[in-house]
Amino acid sequence: MSEISEHKILFGWEEIKKSLLTCIWFMFLTFPIMVIQVNTIHRTVEWRWERLFFVGAGAFLLSFLWRYMIRRKEAGIKREETAQNTHQDLLQRLLSNPRFSRPALAVAVLFFLTFPLVFSLYQIDIMTTALIYVVVALGLNIVVGLAGLLDLGYVAFFAVGAYTYALLNVHFQLGFWICLPIGGALGFLFGVLLGFPVLRLRGDYLAIVTLGFGEIIRLVLENWNEFSFGPSGIANIPRPGFMGMDLALHQNHTYIYYLMVGLTVFTIFVVRRLQDSRIGRAWTALREDEIACQAMGINKTRTKLSAFAIGATWAGMGGVVFAAKTTFINPASFTIWESVIILCCVVLGGMGSIIGVVAGALVLKLLPEYFRAFSEYRMLVFGTVLVLMMVFRPSGLISSVRRVYRFEGRNKLEGQP
Amino acid sequence: MKAVLTVTQLTKTFGGLHALDGVDLTIGRNEIVALIGPNGAGKTTLFNCLTGVYIPTGGSVEITSPEGHTTRLNGLKPDKVTSLGMARTFQNIRLFQNMTVLENVMIGRHCRMHAGIPGAILRNARTRREEKAVIDDSYRILENFQLDRYVNEFAKNLPYGAQRRLEIARAMATEPFLLLLDEPAAGMNAQETKDLDDLIVRLRNKEEISILLIEHDMKLVTSLSDRIFVVDYGRKIAEGTPAEVCCNPVVIKAYLGEEIDA
Repeated sequence: MSEISEHKILFGWEEIKKSLLTCIWFMFLTFPIMVIQVNTIHRTVEWRWERLFFVGAGAFLLSFLWRYMIRRKEAGIKREETAQNTHQDLLQRLLSNPRFSRPALAVAVLFFLTFPLVFSLYQIDIMTTALIYVVVALGLNIVVGLAGLLDLGYVAFFAVGAYTYALLNVHFQLGFWICLPIGGALGFLFGVLLGFPVLRLRGDYLAIVTLGFGEIIRLVLENWNEFSFGPSGIANIPRPGFMGMDLALHQNHTYIYYLMVGLTVFTIFVVRRLQDSRIGRAWTALREDEIACQAMGINKTRTKLSAFAIGATWAGMGGVVFAAKTTFINPASFTIWESVIILCCVVLGGMGSIIGVVAGALVLKLLPEYFRAFSEYRMLVFGTVLVLMMVFRPSGLISSVRRVYRFEGRNKLEGQP
Repeated sequence: MKAVLTVTQLTKTFGGLHALDGVDLTIGRNEIVALIGPNGAGKTTLFNCLTGVYIPTGGSVEITSPEGHTTRLNGLKPDKVTSLGMARTFQNIRLFQNMTVLENVMIGRHCRMHAGIPGAILRNARTRREEKAVIDDSYRILENFQLDRYVNEFAKNLPYGAQRRLEIARAMATEPFLLLLDEPAAGMNAQETKDLDDLIVRLRNKEEISILLIEHDMKLVTSLSDRIFVVDYGRKIAEGTPAEVCCNPVVIKAYLGEEIDA
């Protein structure tokens, strides 16, 4: 019974009528440019009526599809409101089911471990870049997804990490492995530095200030020639050495790849633990309600600063690996556009959800590489996907789920359901 | 009676507006005190001054813990005030909507926990013990408030009465000796108000805390409170037992206006 009524809702006459109206309106609007063509040489007017049909059919289909999807979404929300919080979509159910998730995890591990043995150097390179973005996006996820602080200048910390390695190497010949923790530490420091002035801000104001901070870092790097070598950047940054051995190019790329896999696993491990801890709960509470959060005895200053600083640490480390991988950096690599892409990884993947962010970063960095043939339409597709995602799946590819605590023993004792 | 909260000559101005104008207030150990007054009288402003949301313009706020430490609260941050032992709820419910009921209470335990960032990452024995203890404590608190069947439910999905209860549960998780309730019965039906009445009495008797509440439901106020403070236009206009306050002509005037032929 309910199924029938649902169908009625999804395929209502109302939708068809509205779609027809939309289609007529579009035919009318596009009539002068799509149908009439004046041939100025022969002084004739061509009437291309078949085009009117295509416009009409296309507009009708798209409009109907749009309305159908909106209806479906609303029906879904209604169902969610009436159901318990156990309601999850298919992907989440699969992921939380150990019978699916364990083999999936095993396949993923096997895939990433054997990747360099199977694929070409080019592929390894793409995957390494994607993994750097995974780590950096996981860092931003702490700031944006968990603590709810919109940071539009996040790439600044990435730049800090990259320049840390490049400059320390140029001036002091420090190696990669020493610079990795130093890059992380400097990222932390800059996170605190940015955190202090923005402690009182939230929402739009915070976004603007962080945007400014990101630009300041880039402009300093671009213009302070004595310090950063200006727009020409720093070249010949050494790749990481493996116990003092000089590696061939292919070996070296494979080495950086495995290093990134390791760093990614480490990041996921740490972020997971932080998320499930007292600190992580405080971040989430800060996101939910700042005033109530303080009234519960949470120190707002420390919580905000720690979110900024820890998020920035991962960007710093990611930056060090980035510099070592590309062997050349200049300020052009750290524009606002990069911040936006990293933010998109977090939002598209699912704010606050680790696996979502990993998926988001991989999708956003890998797909453009594999669809190079359509690179002219990249921005168009990117924009469309973003709009559609935000309308139909605002919580991202794989949305975050709150941890469920079990008290079965106690419930049984008291005869609770 | 030993006072747990002493407010003397508290003043708060917003520009030229005197929201609070020299308010004096004391609350004794294990006492339930109600704060009433017409809308806009300055009740919530007083709460915000006590809990550190606003910094008072003048006067002083002092709390004395059961161990006898007296602390001046003027200018302290809200989180410091809470960790000193004064917790509050909000007039319009401010739960952490997208966290589960249990997590809401666990947040309340935050200021009684110590694990830092290294502890969270390494998850050493001490952190694990603390984490286990906080889950158990929080569950017990939920049981006390009859909220245990909602443990893993999102706070936003709870029925209204349960949300109000959860707010009190969350405040109690911070282990206060003084609890501030801002219109806890707002929007409740008669039965829910009755349950709330029982709950507050039970809290006072079992947990041995003092309670200061703002409330408009006079039936609840008179049945609950030991003493009532009446404020109007930022000043205290009366104080006393419920019986005294109810027939005080100044209070009646504040609420109902003056009689024409008086």
